[in-house]
Amino acid sequence: MNALTAPPLYDLILDFGGARVIFSFKILVGVIAPIILKALAVGLLTSVCAAMLGVPLVLKRYSMIGDGLSHTGFFAVAVAAACGAASGAQIYITLPLVIAVAVVLLLLSESGKFKGDSAIAMICTGAVALGYIIFSLSSKGTGDVCSSLFGTAILALNMDDVAVSSVLAVGVIVVFVTLYNKIFSVTFDPAFSKSAGAPVKTVNVLLAVLTAVTVVVGMKMIGSIMISALVVFPALAAMRVSKSFKGVIIVSACLSAVCFLVGLFFATVVKFQFRSGGFADVQIPVGPSVVCVNVVALIVCILVRKVKTARAKKKAAN
Amino acid sequence: MSLISFEKVTLGYEGQPVVKDLTFEVNKGDYLCVLGQNGSGKSTMMKALLGFLAPMSGRITRDPKLKNAIGYLPQQEPAQSDFPASVYEVVLSGCQNRKGFFPFYNKADRALCEEKMALLGIADIAGRSFKDLSGGQKQRALLARALCAAGDLLLLDEPAAALDPVAAEELYVLVRALHKKGMTVIMISHDPERAIRDATHILHLGQEMLYFGPTADYDRPAILKRERGEIT
Ligand SMILES: Nc1ncnc2c1ncn2[C@@H]1O[C@H](COP(=O)(O)OP(=O)(O)OP(=O)(O)O)[C@@H](O)[C@H]1O
Ligand SMILES: [Mg+2]
Repeated sequence: MNALTAPPLYDLILDFGGARVIFSFKILVGVIAPIILKALAVGLLTSVCAAMLGVPLVLKRYSMIGDGLSHTGFFAVAVAAACGAASGAQIYITLPLVIAVAVVLLLLSESGKFKGDSAIAMICTGAVALGYIIFSLSSKGTGDVCSSLFGTAILALNMDDVAVSSVLAVGVIVVFVTLYNKIFSVTFDPAFSKSAGAPVKTVNVLLAVLTAVTVVVGMKMIGSIMISALVVFPALAAMRVSKSFKGVIIVSACLSAVCFLVGLFFATVVKFQFRSGGFADVQIPVGPSVVCVNVVALIVCILVRKVKTARAKKKAAN
Repeated sequence: MSLISFEKVTLGYEGQPVVKDLTFEVNKGDYLCVLGQNGSGKSTMMKALLGFLAPMSGRITRDPKLKNAIGYLPQQEPAQSDFPASVYEVVLSGCQNRKGFFPFYNKADRALCEEKMALLGIADIAGRSFKDLSGGQKQRALLARALCAAGDLLLLDEPAAALDPVAAEELYVLVRALHKKGMTVIMISHDPERAIRDATHILHLGQEMLYFGPTADYDRPAILKRERGEIT
């Protein structure tokens, strides 16, 4: 790195010779600012939903449900696209489909007829295969496939998308908070909850439905392949740093929100230029960026935990 | 009317009977101790009593007022070993049954929870992580949770299993005191001496019901002979 120059307003350029990293802050106030704001609103809400739901799902060993549902989501998008639904209207087809599969998945694995993971593996692969066949038959471009797999659509949200997604996400948060005590009890000790008259099955089904809604909303921003990362990573990270259930949920939600912010920042503000690419602007896509930040956050939390226990041990030894 | 009655009840799993011909009843203020070897169906009976398991035949009746007044201490440890929950959260979840559909706890619930924690001597570890406790401390927390839930009936499945002799004795004294105050207790135990000392009634299970009746009439040597006789 040699020169540190900032020719246009708000831009910060790090020049490594063969590669340049550009922090293009001006886009935050430029024409695409509204686009980023929309992505921010939907992204933050969905990240928080996924992270909160992730805690009980991970603890119930249901974290793969997010995966199963997102693959179903891919299938559902294919169906919706084949039906000719415009991208804003697709959610009216995908949402009920994914919710239905969520409930079936949950009941299947509860009934013990299939082990949860094999039921999910079946649905995952089957749904993706069918979905791609439908995409091909309805001769939609690979753009659609790519977008629903990797979630490139977050920077293409219109106001209707934002409204529907926000309402759904806020709904998920409200239901979750209202059910919080029941969710704790049912996840911690189903036998006791049942003896205390808690509607164990209903709570489980509701959890699945909430997850389905989150997955459908989140698919747009992060893609069906990676949405379960938002469910699993913040929950796992939060479990390293907090001792109480409430603490874990709060840390998980906050961490997820921060990770999304950082991820979105890297995907929008930061641009790269490489000599091999003739110094043309290239950017990281939003979904993978957010997921990678989540990975880093988890690693940091694991290290923090390691350091903490090592210190405690040292203290005990003295 | 009795709180709970079993009439010629046969219990089992997937068509295989575990215990046959259970007939007994529990009245308000009873202290029933359930004895029997491992696998004799004690926990199974408890599950049926709670309504988790439908009887294969016979009839179980429960007083409807028990619906939200049962405090249950399961035999198995509840969650996986990595579940993040503070002791306070665990005990407070015992207040759930009195909330019905109302989603949040109030001051009275918190006060009840703190009272039960003090009663069991775990008030000072309220903020600790449940998963880091010793077996005995966990058992106390779960008992405190059961007490929060118990209005009329306390169901204990081997409550002393993880406790040292002193703590076990404390627990039996506590249960006896609760019973003296009017709580109906059903306790599964592997400690017949204590059972005979404290309980008003004994239920001894083998593959069938070996004994049910008042403690005073419980002829232990004779029952044990029958228990052995069935096995050999
Ligand atoms: N979920 C289940 N499915 C099938 N069989 C079961 C199930 N639970 C228990 N059993 C069987 O029922 C029998 C009675 O089990 P139960 O748990 O009631 O014994 P217990 O008297 O409580 O024994 P312990 O003193 O070891 O707790 C055992 O043979 C056991 O294998
Ligand atoms: Mg048992």
